[in-house]
Amino acid sequence: MNVVNEVLAWLTDPAQWSGPDGIPVRTLQHLWYSVLATAIAAAVALPIGVYIGHTGRGAIVAVNLTNLGRAIPSLGIIILMFTIFGFGIAPILVTLFALAIPPIVTNSYIGVRSVDPDVREAAEGMGMRGRQVLWRVELPMAMPLIMAGIRTSAVQVVATATLAAFVGLGGLGRYLIDGLAQRDLAEVVGGAILVAVLSLVTELLLGRVQTLVVSKGLTERGADAAVRAKVEKAA
Amino acid sequence: MTDGPAPVLAAELIRWSWIGDHLDDIRDDLLQHVQLTFLAVLLGLLLAFPLSLAAFRWPRLYAPILGSTGILFTIPSLALFILLIPFTGLSISTSLIGLTMYTLLILVRNIVEGLRGVDRDVREAAEAMGYTRARQLFQVELPLALPVIIAGIRIATVTTIGLVTITALIGQGGLGQLFIDGFTLNFATPIVVGIVLSALLAFTADLALVGLQHQLTPWARSRGR
Amino acid sequence: MRRIRLGGAAVAACLALVLAACGGDDALEGGTQPNEQSSVTVGSTNFSEQLILAQMYAAVLEKAGVDVTVRPNLGNREVVFPALEKGEIDLLPEYNGSVLSFLNPDATQTTSEEVNTALTPLLDGKGLVALQQSPAEDKDGWAVTKETADRYGLAKVSDLKGKAGQLVVGGPPELETRPAGLPGLKKVYGIEDFKEFKALDAGGPLTTSALNKGDIDVGRVFTTQGAIDEFGWVVLEEDKPLQPAQNIVPIGRKDAMTDQVKQALDAISAKITTEELIKLNKLVDVDKQDPEKVANDWLTQQGLL
Repeated sequence: MNVVNEVLAWLTDPAQWSGPDGIPVRTLQHLWYSVLATAIAAAVALPIGVYIGHTGRGAIVAVNLTNLGRAIPSLGIIILMFTIFGFGIAPILVTLFALAIPPIVTNSYIGVRSVDPDVREAAEGMGMRGRQVLWRVELPMAMPLIMAGIRTSAVQVVATATLAAFVGLGGLGRYLIDGLAQRDLAEVVGGAILVAVLSLVTELLLGRVQTLVVSKGLTERGADAAVRAKVEKAA
Repeated sequence: MTDGPAPVLAAELIRWSWIGDHLDDIRDDLLQHVQLTFLAVLLGLLLAFPLSLAAFRWPRLYAPILGSTGILFTIPSLALFILLIPFTGLSISTSLIGLTMYTLLILVRNIVEGLRGVDRDVREAAEAMGYTRARQLFQVELPLALPVIIAGIRIATVTTIGLVTITALIGQGGLGQLFIDGFTLNFATPIVVGIVLSALLAFTADLALVGLQHQLTPWARSRGR
Repeated sequence: MRRIRLGGAAVAACLALVLAACGGDDALEGGTQPNEQSSVTVGSTNFSEQLILAQMYAAVLEKAGVDVTVRPNLGNREVVFPALEKGEIDLLPEYNGSVLSFLNPDATQTTSEEVNTALTPLLDGKGLVALQQSPAEDKDGWAVTKETADRYGLAKVSDLKGKAGQLVVGGPPELETRPAGLPGLKKVYGIEDFKEFKALDAGGPLTTSALNKGDIDVGRVFTTQGAIDEFGWVVLEEDKPLQPAQNIVPIGRKDAMTDQVKQALDAISAKITTEELIKLNKLVDVDKQDPEKVANDWLTQQGLL
């Protein structure tokens, strides 16, 4: 098919890979918006989700936040932010930040909340106070779900960072917007492929991080057994 | 000169008179939004069921079906719509095809997971009682999988409500049209109205589906979940 | 129990909404009608002047007894013009120079007569026809803020020579490739490459904001934009023939442009002048009035409604 050839030609054209309009620069811009927004969102959302999970207060918010978050139209947010802040990086950061928060809050909450009450009791029985229970038992056990939440957020953010081009910024979305403006279908397809690849890479990379960060004795299913063993060993 | 157009003051965020003057347009946009969402989810369901049943019945199909739909999901929605334009134009078909693809992906995943999640014991009991494959599917497995399936429909619906706004960039848009208008005129009111209505619509749809789930799964109620 | 009741009410609400929606078929279709002679769909691209003109056309056509649907704000020309060719819309307010370079990217005609002559066969081949043009022109220009103009001594386009390397230019993505865009500056004026090109939009909020905030130094503008007066921008004088004429002209599908339609549109085309257009744009861009209201008010004033 002609389009396939054109797209391949576009992707392999060396001119595409150099200069301020090149794929490397645009990818870096894209990642910059994504990483910055996700990091700030995690810094805000994790404590909130964990707190709600640990104390149980505000649970309704945490549980429903992800669903509500899906309901907020990112296009609307970024346009509103642009109308308020004008040209610059603020609109895309706010939009991505808003997008990233819900999955992290919900997952952190569920992660901490679903720690087996027996384990919690055992830890308290061993003399651990609230904060120690949190840091030494609940958080490590909640790690799989917390990481899953961060992964979900990150992948959504990377996919949505294409909106940056809509407000005149950079990133891989530029290929979509510019391709549309110049009726260059190959550019649009090429850009779409690049974003898809980046999303997949993000998913896989964070999956790897999750394996590294989650405590060795802990799989999502073997959690109880592992922690029970640890608690018994320490006794 | 100054740093740019004066930042929009909170007072100007909502010009109520604009809303009053444009109730008709807002209503039309809302209706278009509801129609697009409803059709996309319905079509998605109709297409997802056979696919899911196939993936469930022949597990070897599951991985490729899930894999390919998963990859399609990473394609930015804007790109998908743009790519359809040369084929289907600025018409409703372009939007519907794109939207349905996304609902399809979400639904297939949830229907299959729901079916798979049915307790093995229950399935074996049904087999032992002499249920045919078909009867087993429709009278045991699907009903038990309903909560997960409806959870999937909820996610698909809310996600679609958000995606419909993107179709504003290709001439449709539903409430998204309000965003484009606000952008072009550098005017916050239509944007705020659009955001609020989208969120309300999603919230309402979600609640309705939860209600539906409760109606359809009476056995789950008594467990006090 | 309470949750179920709430859910039930929500189900009822949703069903009601959906049923109501099914009844409102026009909302769904967005106005695409099969092509009968007496019904016309007017489209527009995505800046305020276009919205005003589309509403104007729609208003006079309706007065003339034509069945009209308006589909405004559909996107940029790259998306909207093909819709016209396909018959999804029947009529567009256009600019002869821009359409010419859109259909023939190598076109270099500049006067109204030359442009129209070159345009006719191109439109003909697509089943389209250009109606009578207006004296009003909305040309593409280069704008700088007053500070920039003072700092670099810019009053004419040729003043950019020797200074472009220090300046960032912004405009629609196609500015980089169109003959009347950056390549034209090089070819006709001998102006060297700018420091950077930022792809923004055509006469839209992105370029406006970026220019005002200093993220770009030179911006591509439309000469009738309200923003020019609002922010005191300096539009550089075109001292060499590069920009083509840009008369406002309705372009429509031949089978939809009946005599009735032509008559109605020719009547307003004659009355739209550049000064009037600037005034109308200001009402929408700066005073944030509704394009439809502005169009109707003006038509009433002109005795056309």
